[in-house]
Amino acid sequence: MLKGHQSWVFENRPSIIGRATVVGPFEGQGPLAEDFDIIHGDLRLGQDSWEKAEKALLEEAAKLAIENAGLTQEQINFFVGGDLMNQIISTSFAARTLMIPYIGIFGACSTSMESLAVAANLVDSRSAKFALSSACSHNATAEKQFRYPTEYGSQKPPTAQFTVTGAGASVVAQEGQGPRVTSATIGRVIDMGISDPFNMGAAMAPAAVDTIQAHFRDFQIEPGHYDLIVTGDLSKVGYEIACDLFDKHKVPMHQTEYKDCGMMIYDYGKQKVQAGASGCGCSAVVTYGHLLNRMRNREFNRILVVATGALLSPISYQQGESIPCIAHAVSIESEAVKS
Amino acid sequence: MIFLWAFLIGGAICVVGQICFDVFKLTPAHTMTLLVVLGAIADGLGLYDPLIKFAGAGASVPITSFGNSLVHGALEELKKHGWVGILTGIFKVTSSGISAAIIFSFLAALVVKPKG
Repeated sequence: MLKGHQSWVFENRPSIIGRATVVGPFEGQGPLAEDFDIIHGDLRLGQDSWEKAEKALLEEAAKLAIENAGLTQEQINFFVGGDLMNQIISTSFAARTLMIPYIGIFGACSTSMESLAVAANLVDSRSAKFALSSACSHNATAEKQFRYPTEYGSQKPPTAQFTVTGAGASVVAQEGQGPRVTSATIGRVIDMGISDPFNMGAAMAPAAVDTIQAHFRDFQIEPGHYDLIVTGDLSKVGYEIACDLFDKHKVPMHQTEYKDCGMMIYDYGKQKVQAGASGCGCSAVVTYGHLLNRMRNREFNRILVVATGALLSPISYQQGESIPCIAHAVSIESEAVKS
Repeated sequence: MIFLWAFLIGGAICVVGQICFDVFKLTPAHTMTLLVVLGAIADGLGLYDPLIKFAGAGASVPITSFGNSLVHGALEELKKHGWVGILTGIFKVTSSGISAAIIFSFLAALVVKPKG
């Protein structure tokens, strides 16, 4: 149901009854390794191209999420997902295997929460019994499409981010055990004129702040309502800009803990990832793996996940266009919290 | 002494490239092209040969030397054979480098498959 100007409140409190995360070897060496269901030792997953490897990551995550929900593929009504590849091939090709009626979406790295918001809305409005939501990315496919071929060995500035190899999927249901998806805020496209694809954190930070403020405005709440607020993949540069913007706009973020998924998945001391992590898979695996595990352990009751996306294409940045950005927020509550 | 000059001049050329990356935000391709053009202009003005004499490999190894070689060959052939020499001379000095790039790329392509 519409709440305020751009938010949905899910009054039936749909549950995430199954979830799964599958990552690559580099993520498996990071500090969140224990929270992932499957860690692959081979970046190519035994496939003959990186693109096929990304598709395979998603297929595994989707199948495992359905299995963890105690369901079969036939019982899922809709599959909502997307990725970073041109024409979202990773998700569409995985949907070919899964044979679930499919709604493909593109929100760049904000896809993780965009898909969860759409899936939760379908379930909450009784348009679906079970909906699968997903997002995935692969380091090598993103490097190839958006930056330079890895063999080229081009230098990266310290503001660059490292795309996560990973896929996260969740099954949203009308009832059942699991954390509840309680509301979502759909973001506007914000473009502050940054055109450097090696500084996406700075480009995305204003979009994250805009959506978070809209969320508080629509629900008439303050940051303290949540035990944790996380942004998707702003990483060091974008996180600092977001903190400055919160100060400037007088948003009392000190009431809660504010973190960024892009700064959680890798170990800055040991792993050379410049500013931090990015990619659809980043917020998906951190949320569906690490954060929901911590919620299950009663470390948090209410979290707001704000996935951030840079809506550029290889053509648009070659033509010198600035980078339009977006952020979508979804609030997840532990099932112990009463509405 | 030439070792020191090679180090300083070669390093200075690389610093120009790094500044193009970090300050002017040029792409690797733009930076490389700029350095080649600078080397070509320097040779056209008769400055690159003295630089190589002065700094040795410090001037002949960086990519600017490729621009120098392009112009060098063209000018030499121009003197010998007239205007048509500009066309025949451009790749005269650089042909070994270009042929090596093609042949070694071919050999590498036989052994490994790029996936980047």
